Amino acid sequence: MQLDILMIEDEPNIAEAVRFILSREGWQVGLHDDGAGGIEAIREARPRLVILDLMLPNRSGAEILADLRAADDAALASTPVLMLTARGQVREAASAADAMLTKPFDNADLRAQVRRMLA
Amino acid sequence: MSAGPHTLTGTRIRERRLALSRRQSDLARAVGISPAYLNLIEHNRRPVSAELVERLAAELEVPADELAEGREEVRIAALREAAVHPAATGSVPELDQVAEFLARFPGWSALLIAHSRRAGALERQLVDLSDRMTQDPYMLTTLHEVLSAVTAVRSTAAILVEEDEIAPEWRQRFHANLHQDSQRLSLTAQALVAYLDSFEAEGNAATPQEEVEAWLAQGGSAPADLSSDAAQDMARQLQADLLADRQALPDRALVEAIPLVGTPPDPVLLAARLNVPLDLVLRRLADLRPAGFEGAGLLVCDGSGALLLRRPAIGFALPRPGDSCALWPLFQALAMPQTVLERAVATPDGRVFRTLSHAARSQPQGLSGPVLSRATMLIVPAEGPAPADALAVGPACRICPRSDCPARREPSILVPQMPARAERGL
Repeated sequence: MQLDILMIEDEPNIAEAVRFILSREGWQVGLHDDGAGGIEAIREARPRLVILDLMLPNRSGAEILADLRAADDAALASTPVLMLTARGQVREAASAADAMLTKPFDNADLRAQVRRMLA
Repeated sequence: MSAGPHTLTGTRIRERRLALSRRQSDLARAVGISPAYLNLIEHNRRPVSAELVERLAAELEVPADELAEGREEVRIAALREAAVHPAATGSVPELDQVAEFLARFPGWSALLIAHSRRAGALERQLVDLSDRMTQDPYMLTTLHEVLSAVTAVRSTAAILVEEDEIAPEWRQRFHANLHQDSQRLSLTAQALVAYLDSFEAEGNAATPQEEVEAWLAQGGSAPADLSSDAAQDMARQLQADLLADRQALPDRALVEAIPLVGTPPDPVLLAARLNVPLDLVLRRLADLRPAGFEGAGLLVCDGSGALLLRRPAIGFALPRPGDSCALWPLFQALAMPQTVLERAVATPDGRVFRTLSHAARSQPQGLSGPVLSRATMLIVPAEGPAPADALAVGPACRICPRSDCPARREPSILVPQMPARAERGL
């Protein structure tokens, strides 16, 4: 079954909470927990939306986003990305994303943002 | 060491003690030596170690250098230091008349010394703050940890409060996550508070690594006294390592073998004679500091050059953790594994040290595993002027005044960045 959302996030407890919230809305949510292999995971799952943490081990969210946008496959390259950031000063790095959410976030904001992006 | 300085030191200790009307036995007890031994020191019949001078100075409420070198010598040295400070570029004070200046203008001299010392203290503070503001991975990592835990707590707590009909196994799982994150938060918050507290007092330990280093320098007895859990864990691990080393090479075996291996004692011969690895001998020499290795320190790094252990030698200024001087022979040893490098090094303040560096390689996961390197450098304070081939090293570029260093990787914040010097009439 095609995933609605692929989340790339290394903090297991954040991933678990987000997955629970979004699954309750009826979306299929997949998870990848490392910066390494991030682009491969997106390529394989072909989700309708990627939720990407900016601070990941081994490869940053900004690098994975650049990988994605540079993909040969135009449909894949234009996959919408919601970036999760932790720090104000890295806003520029996240500016190539379609939307951004700053940690810690409100569950209602997350739901609303995802709903908008999947509409 | 010659007898001269001791003669003066003993007399000064006696004078200062009498000025404070303290009994010899009382002072001896306070610094942990016998009254008879103090009596010998005061009559200049026994040398006094730098560490004992420190303890005596603290008891006698005077700066240690004043006891070791005398008030006038200390003032002359302080004036010379002010005169050669990098900020004095362009003006040439009359160095040959320092003693006369001090005698004729004691008030001005005192003011100049006070200003110079204050400038030194401010520079140290500047280094500290600049470190913390610009390149403090500890602070950034800790804040990231806090934010991650807070994010998880907020989302999870909101689910428990706002969502209806959560299956019991999920509810249980979220409770466990909350518990886990709250523990993590308390650990990181505690470490962060200890760290920020250290901003208040100059010279305080800041990161857990620095705190552990300070603890080790004080003798490293009770890890529970350390302020953060992270520092306590590091200290316990270090204690276990030290204990293992002490069992593998006991004090007595080491001390008995030293006189048999030449003057100054040769650690390579020591390792051969005792049939133990050289790294162990180097670590034990820095730990026990036996005769011939007084005031010794140790640096250990991995193949990336990251320092795993830092035990400062007396007088060898170390930068903040994470920083180092590329010229330390420790790093040369990484390129020449299994070869012992002996180099004299000179620090910017003119001190000289004998260093012995050695790197070993290992493959703990067998043939197919990665090759790991680890280098160890023993640093022993040396007497006298620097030999001609002494390597001019520093603490780390940012706080090193050597402007012509070929290994410089960034400008120093201590030496003013002078624009091309304009011709000035006198």
